[in-house]
Amino acid sequence: MNAPAEPALKSPGNLERALADGRFAVTAELGPPRGCDAAAVRKKAQILKGWVHAANVTDNQAAVVRMSSLATGLIMIAEGLEPIMQMTCRDRNRIAMQSDLLGAAAHGVKNLLCLTGDHQSLGDHPGAKNVHDLDSVQMVAMVRAMGEGHFQSGADIPGGGPQFFIGAAENPFADPAAMRPYRLRKKAQAGANFIQTQLVYDLPRFRAFMKKVVELGAHKEVAILAGVGPLKSPGMARHLREKVPGMSIPPELDARLAEAAKGIDPADKPALSRAWREEGKRICVELIREIREIEGVAGVHIIAIEWEQAVPEIVQAAGLSLEDAR
Amino acid sequence: MIVAERKPLEALVKMLEGQGKVLAVGCGTCVTVCFAGGRQEVATLAATLRMKRSIDGAPLEVSEAMVQRQCEHEYIDALEEQVKKHDAILSLGCGVGVQTLAERFPGVRVLPALNTLFMGLPTEQGVWEERCQGCGNCVLDKTGGICPVSRCAKQLFNGPCGGSKNGKCEVDATIDCAWHRIWERAEALGTVEALMQVEPPKDWSSSRDGGQRRLVREDLRAPQAKEST
Repeated sequence: MNAPAEPALKSPGNLERALADGRFAVTAELGPPRGCDAAAVRKKAQILKGWVHAANVTDNQAAVVRMSSLATGLIMIAEGLEPIMQMTCRDRNRIAMQSDLLGAAAHGVKNLLCLTGDHQSLGDHPGAKNVHDLDSVQMVAMVRAMGEGHFQSGADIPGGGPQFFIGAAENPFADPAAMRPYRLRKKAQAGANFIQTQLVYDLPRFRAFMKKVVELGAHKEVAILAGVGPLKSPGMARHLREKVPGMSIPPELDARLAEAAKGIDPADKPALSRAWREEGKRICVELIREIREIEGVAGVHIIAIEWEQAVPEIVQAAGLSLEDAR
Repeated sequence: MIVAERKPLEALVKMLEGQGKVLAVGCGTCVTVCFAGGRQEVATLAATLRMKRSIDGAPLEVSEAMVQRQCEHEYIDALEEQVKKHDAILSLGCGVGVQTLAERFPGVRVLPALNTLFMGLPTEQGVWEERCQGCGNCVLDKTGGICPVSRCAKQLFNGPCGGSKNGKCEVDATIDCAWHRIWERAEALGTVEALMQVEPPKDWSSSRDGGQRRLVREDLRAPQAKEST
């Protein structure tokens, strides 16, 4: 009897292989430095290496100028950490996008996350002109077409196109809520292979979102990785709730952080911070355990902004292994 | 209409440094309706500039004039004699009006008194909002009559970004999220199915990205003009 033919993988990176094998995917995030310090990237890469299938490398997130995601991703590859290169529609037209994608593929970048991008008015160069030649759905479709050997113009790519494992984002907590599952499905139809969601703290809302996604059958077309992240303090919870668009954080979590620091001298900032961070990690681990049980979830994307050390601890505490089945 | 607002007084004073006799020209169309460059605004600005320059010890002569439309040569021809008596024209028209004056009267400096903002409408007394960017390829049939080019900060064609909250835009909480409005309208009209289709990339060559735009209607051109081009 012949063994069943293995489905052809597009770009056999760790992430694609893990998802194809039916393993529970674990990704994290590596924020490039605001300067040209390669050592800072190497340090972060070494912290994450071995604990995640791949790590997102952000593209001028929050519209603040940083080392480019492509350049940072190349340092990650040299360190043995697989990058998921993020690219936004804010700063590049279709010419620059395709050019960078050819270069990224030539250097061995295997995963790409297609994003709209935070508006420049929220960043450090609010007077900048934005591009938005394509939107994120159109970008996904363009990258798929490139994989099939065609530029966005329709012309053939000499020697064949770049093979990316294509990702996109969805925010289950942004408005209009009813449109979000359909928008996720639209990205799948455009050619996305995986979706990473905005940070999940509000489980009831996330469950309702996933229920609709499963109803639509979109979870079978695209692997969905739920965003999770440890809170560092009640102040961070408040900041995310009030300042970051499309975040839903139940007030109970603020209360849990406050409770964890009970009895600590408010003047002892390091002790307070330690207590909050420990509780933040515990909350994160609990969320991962709950999320893992939700139908249609194929993995988690752990976002620990400027706190990469938390990722290995959370992965261990949540009992995640890179070899685990979904 | 074209919506504009007056430049700050300090900017105008600086712009008019060294000028002695200025003709302030208002426009009776869009900028009159949005209270930026009508007869009343011309009079107020002229009086303010005279007073300011007088206080500064460098008096400025400001004459006042109105035309019905600064954006057509026929309407501004009548200014010719007045223009000759002045060092400069201070236009209270939109950017089109300023340039039409500059083209018609090449021997005199033409200065803009307004900042031209957008094509839009008044949504309540004292409030105007943008509605069109003249992209040259209207998509309003697909988006329920709500324009994602002019009303979405990221000009998205396939749904809202992740920053839409309570129906408002991440850039400015006083501005509606265009895609929230598009979705609501599609729900009300029973047309959400159409929003499920992937909208392909826009051809921006009909927009400003194609360079200065020009419309030629051969059916309307004079026979001599046709022969010369």
